[in-house]
Amino acid sequence: MREIKLVEQSFERSDLPNFKPGDTLKVYIKIKEGGKERIQIFEGICIARKGGGLKETFTVRKISFGVGVEKIFPLHSPSIHKIEVVRYGDVRRAKLYYLRELKGKKAKVKEKRKMKQIVEELNKENPEEDTNNK
Amino acid sequence: MKGIIAKKIGMTQLFNEDGKIVPITLLKAGPCKVVQKKTLEKDGYNAVQIGFEEIKDKKVNNPLKGHMKKANEYFRYLREIRDFDKNEGEIIDVDIFKQGEKVRVTGLSKGKGFQGVMRRWGMAGGFDSHGSTSHRRIGAIGNRLTPQKVFKGKKMPGHMGFDNITIRNLEVVFIDKDNNLIGLKGAVPGPNGGILIIRGE
Repeated sequence: MREIKLVEQSFERSDLPNFKPGDTLKVYIKIKEGGKERIQIFEGICIARKGGGLKETFTVRKISFGVGVEKIFPLHSPSIHKIEVVRYGDVRRAKLYYLRELKGKKAKVKEKRKMKQIVEELNKENPEEDTNNK
Repeated sequence: MKGIIAKKIGMTQLFNEDGKIVPITLLKAGPCKVVQKKTLEKDGYNAVQIGFEEIKDKKVNNPLKGHMKKANEYFRYLREIRDFDKNEGEIIDVDIFKQGEKVRVTGLSKGKGFQGVMRRWGMAGGFDSHGSTSHRRIGAIGNRLTPQKVFKGKKMPGHMGFDNITIRNLEVVFIDKDNNLIGLKGAVPGPNGGILIIRGE
């Protein structure tokens, strides 16, 4: 089992920002089409993070033309160009599946203002560790 | 045919160059040492016997000690690989295989005990309801006047698993020479910690 961890760790990515369920994310996805590569952005609320290590995934939900759309991404996938945290959410649950039943204003997540300040201050102090804009 | 002894560590998944997930089995392969070389003249066939996992000399009984004397090391596992051109004392590492190569893996599958015909052979069984009393049973096993017997090899309940199984055309996805690790796409026979032989196609 030690060896499995060792191999998985060599494939894990360390360039992604910290985020939690409730945060609004912009996921930049690399898409290959006929030999060409382009980047597509998927923006929505992260409603779950599942699994651990290399197998960890996260679910992003957004409302597109009135229809709820969810995408599950493997966190360490090389086809994720980058992840941007747009808004830090204030939630009391690890899995926000209840958002699926809610519509309009009720489906909103409170913002964690303090978190934004903390991250901004941290970024000011050490610009090298600016995990958000890598 | 080249080959190496390996120990199954377990399964996981990795990303390939396209960003797709590949299921892999991780194996600790080698280093192995050639203990004995068998030749056509002397033994009737060409082969090498290789040893895997070094152990202390007090763990080995005297007959085996004499056998492994030439290799200067004592091994827990000894296996034979046919038509593999190596000399006695030579060391075999994972780097006999390359990434992208196809290999075959031989090992002892997990024992399943005495199993019925549905699990063992995938038969359909009988109806579950409508007064049926033949739920998981085999059904008819032959005809009447001709041939007046049950054919040999008829699929019936019995012991399942614990067989020597070879799986062919497994792709080598990952190789780590420093840690003697090899990752093969898909599953291999046997439990974690089981001993297998990886051979070239």
